[in-house]
Amino acid sequence: MGRAFARRTSITLEGVNFVKANRFGRLSAVALVAAGALALSACGSDNATNTGAGATSSASGPKVTGTLTGTGSSAQASAVDAWKQGFTQANPGVTVQYSPDGSGAGRKTFISGASQFAGSDAAMSTEELTSAKAVCGADGALDLPVYISPIAVTFNVSGVKELNLTADTIAKIFRGQITKWNDPAIAADNSGVSLPDLKITPVHRSDDSGTTQNFTDYLAKAAPSVWTDKSSQTWPASLPGENAKGTSGVVKTVTDTQGAFAYADDSAVSGSLGKAKIKVGDKFVALSAEGAAKAVELSKPADGRAANDLALSLNRTLTDSSAYPIVLVSYHIVCTAYKDQATVDLVKAWENYVASDAGQKAAAAAAKSAPISSALAAKVKTAVDSIKVKS
Amino acid sequence: MTTLTARSPRRSALTRNRLPRFAPWASLAVALIVGAALSTIVGFNAFGWGIFSALAFTFVFVAWSAAVEGSRKAKDKLATCLVVGAFLIALLPLVSVIWTVLVEGTKGLATPGFLGTSMNGVSGIQDNESATAGTRVLGGIYHSLMGTLLITLWATLISVPIGLLTAVYLVEYGNDGRISRAITFFVDVMTGIPSIVAGLFAAAFFATLFGPGTKTGFVAAVALSVLMIPVVVRSSEEMLKIVPNELREASYALGVRKWRTILKIVIPTAISGIASGVTLAIARVIGETAPILVTAGFATKINMNVFADWMSSLPTFIYTQILNPTSPSNPGPSLQRAWGAALVLIICVMILNLIARLVAKFFAPKTGR
Amino acid sequence: MTKAADETAHALPKGPEVTTTQTKTPEQSGGTPKLSSQGGAAGDRIFSGAALTAGIIILVVLCAVAVFLVAQAFPALVAPQDQIASGKGFWQYILPLVVGTVIAAAVALVIATPISIGVALFISHYAPRRVAQILGYVIDLLAAIPSVVFGAWGISFLAPALVPGYNWLASTLGWIPIFSGPASATGKTLLTAAVVLAVMVIPIITSISREIFLQTPKLHEEAALALGATRWEMIRMAVFPFARPGIISAVMLGLGRALGETMAVALVLSSGPLIASLIQSGNQTIAAEIALNFPEASGLSLSTLIAAGLVLFVITLVVNVIARWVISRHKEFSGAN
Repeated sequence: MGRAFARRTSITLEGVNFVKANRFGRLSAVALVAAGALALSACGSDNATNTGAGATSSASGPKVTGTLTGTGSSAQASAVDAWKQGFTQANPGVTVQYSPDGSGAGRKTFISGASQFAGSDAAMSTEELTSAKAVCGADGALDLPVYISPIAVTFNVSGVKELNLTADTIAKIFRGQITKWNDPAIAADNSGVSLPDLKITPVHRSDDSGTTQNFTDYLAKAAPSVWTDKSSQTWPASLPGENAKGTSGVVKTVTDTQGAFAYADDSAVSGSLGKAKIKVGDKFVALSAEGAAKAVELSKPADGRAANDLALSLNRTLTDSSAYPIVLVSYHIVCTAYKDQATVDLVKAWENYVASDAGQKAAAAAAKSAPISSALAAKVKTAVDSIKVKS
Repeated sequence: MTTLTARSPRRSALTRNRLPRFAPWASLAVALIVGAALSTIVGFNAFGWGIFSALAFTFVFVAWSAAVEGSRKAKDKLATCLVVGAFLIALLPLVSVIWTVLVEGTKGLATPGFLGTSMNGVSGIQDNESATAGTRVLGGIYHSLMGTLLITLWATLISVPIGLLTAVYLVEYGNDGRISRAITFFVDVMTGIPSIVAGLFAAAFFATLFGPGTKTGFVAAVALSVLMIPVVVRSSEEMLKIVPNELREASYALGVRKWRTILKIVIPTAISGIASGVTLAIARVIGETAPILVTAGFATKINMNVFADWMSSLPTFIYTQILNPTSPSNPGPSLQRAWGAALVLIICVMILNLIARLVAKFFAPKTGR
Repeated sequence: MTKAADETAHALPKGPEVTTTQTKTPEQSGGTPKLSSQGGAAGDRIFSGAALTAGIIILVVLCAVAVFLVAQAFPALVAPQDQIASGKGFWQYILPLVVGTVIAAAVALVIATPISIGVALFISHYAPRRVAQILGYVIDLLAAIPSVVFGAWGISFLAPALVPGYNWLASTLGWIPIFSGPASATGKTLLTAAVVLAVMVIPIITSISREIFLQTPKLHEEAALALGATRWEMIRMAVFPFARPGIISAVMLGLGRALGETMAVALVLSSGPLIASLIQSGNQTIAAEIALNFPEASGLSLSTLIAAGLVLFVITLVVNVIARWVISRHKEFSGAN
């Protein structure tokens, strides 16, 4: 007991010394941290690209100001970055913030009124249009197709850069009915290409996505006898194969795996991978931006929509062999009416820039998207110009 | 402790049955040869050699010890081998992770302007240029770094007082009553809240208070607090519990009030552990991605105000740069920025850790160690 | 012992005086011990009140989270079962996920716990002091690496590195169901995910265990050694009994992280329907499922995901109840009992 007590007392002794000696130490530490924080907070800059604000004045029309908030599709993220840059350079008073949370989250946020526009890989559903009337006024919301991304069917087979594939063959590979690269069904369309005796590893997206939705839609319509599932943003769980998160994940998996076969947004598919030519009509069509834009142009408007709502019903069974039918169309969803003139001006200026030639070129340069055709751009402009103040 | 066992210059009767001092080295030499032989049979590589050698060393050393020293000493040797083995195994992936981040991250960190600028105005066009023409990778992490520091600071300000006081209540005042048992139980439950749920909860809470779409740094700080508090409570509770009761009793015996005893005796005694626990808690949340994405949005501009506008943070920055590269066709620059940001995040935690250690050193009483 | 006795002789008379100085705050300097006690009555009440309030805040927050979860998940629980998860029904949908989550977390802990305790022991009782400090520091650092980075490391480094190992497992141990082949060609399997999870929880368990090991009463350790125990026997007799509740706490914290980890699993695992083999692609965890599908979810599918979150919550709760029960059986070793 005596010993224990001695130990404790010696502890307190030391403690006293420490407390006294370190009052100053602590103070100076706090001062140091504060000084460090000040120094840090003073040296940041928003001017990463060394361009003076407002250096260009390419966009026409009156300058607008304010903050524009959008959420939604991650497929569009790169394009929105480019639009943001171009738009704020012409309108230095504007801040555009876009959060690539996903299309579903984007539409949800938009309907709740927390954002002025949504980026979405799917047009609003009828129920969503109805609930959007709460924030957008009696006419509801508009779907504006502003971003077209061709979806590549890609593979990793050494020495093979190009393959001719029919929709049926693609569907069979993804369903596990064709398991080897030297399968007669593939060889029949590719005379002269030497295909190895290698197992095919199909790779698909593990997350729900608009890319999957559009790709399965293509398979369901172009190969209805093989692809018996409905189109959906979730890949059918019963099918064999590997999966990966996000376009970048899929491309990485394909790059790392010999014999892999996948679908992915073309922009992310690197040059080292092979790309399939798809049978349209009686020809095999290589992927191209023009072909994708053409396919969108040849598609009909979706049924039962308001006059200015440009939701599309994509035609996957085209016979015109200048079109490439596996495309993803991503929309900007905006209100027909906003609460004040400033917001209306801001949204109008933004969407007009996005659909303009300059905007589409910027997106193509940054995100390798396919620019929308001028006919569609004109329709978007008409729709945008109809946006008004909520009465 | 070591002096007790190691001090034996002469081989007396007491030290008769002992392995000679060169025993570990001899065993190691034998093990390396056996390991090389075994791994050649399977197909030689350095990794296999290491594994086989380690196994062979354990076997030779322990068997030798069992023959000379008897089973108790042999067991002790076996335990030593296992402990060191565990350490080496743990080191492998950890060193691999750190090495990957270091190698990939220094490139980004070394780019001028990486720490000082934000991502404002940087788009795929610039990235394509730097990937194809080899120009400097533009854009930096300043906005995210500030966001991370501010959000974490606020989260710490919220959760450390609450967490520490709760731990004090549980250990000193609770007396294992109904409330303290309920708190203990629910704190355990709280450790199981998936991080995304914490984020959604904070977002929904502020949406009902301030209208939909309220996304600020403070909302993120609240979400992180929900994740941080249980870790703080749990670790502080454990640390307070093992403060010897004699200390408290000695203090009471001297007429010191309970609250002063707690503040001046109990907490300082446990401060090293508490500081370590708080650091761990901060470390746990500073890398959170999902809750920040839904609560603080995604900014590319500098924002120093946690109460207004969207804010970026290092993990969300890393996440978006990896999963949605600024230029999808040339993800190189984005990956470089992401790894650089990961390195900066680790350095941040390193500094934080240092601060915690200093705090522990300042406040902690000297113990026998 | 003479030294200790000497210390006692010196320290005893000084003891009370020193303690008084220590409890003094600046404004009380020059006062007597009595003064500080007088000011303390209110202080005691305020302090205990504050401590209780903090505890109650936690309860309130947790209640709010629970209410939020249940309210959001409610539609999925009451909706007709054929509308959920493309006609599968909620329980059909959640069951494989629950199994996947539990398997992944369990495998991760089976790997991580012995290693962590070994590392913690190494730092606290084996390594030279200076080395130990640096090591402790490095381990703490690792707890901070964001899960995205672990995920990226998992897909770019670990998964390809494990493929030969999986092939070997499939060919030699393939008769055990969990190792049945053919092994995945990408290495993105549940076992890889579990290894990544293990790497993520090792720092957590190690850090807490180490602190607990260091707090083992010196007297116990010295007594054991004085009785002729070897180092390992000392650890078994003095350190482990003292540290057991703390280790369990640490493991539970690790388990919490392993169960709730989203990004790393989402990136590493090539998910699919429930299968027994750990080295084929397949299986899925709740947290990863939420992270993967949340961005595109709306309406009923969103409720389904939140309900999945609720289930995860319940799993953690059950695990913790079990852990608490285990700890309560070893209570006698707590320092503050």
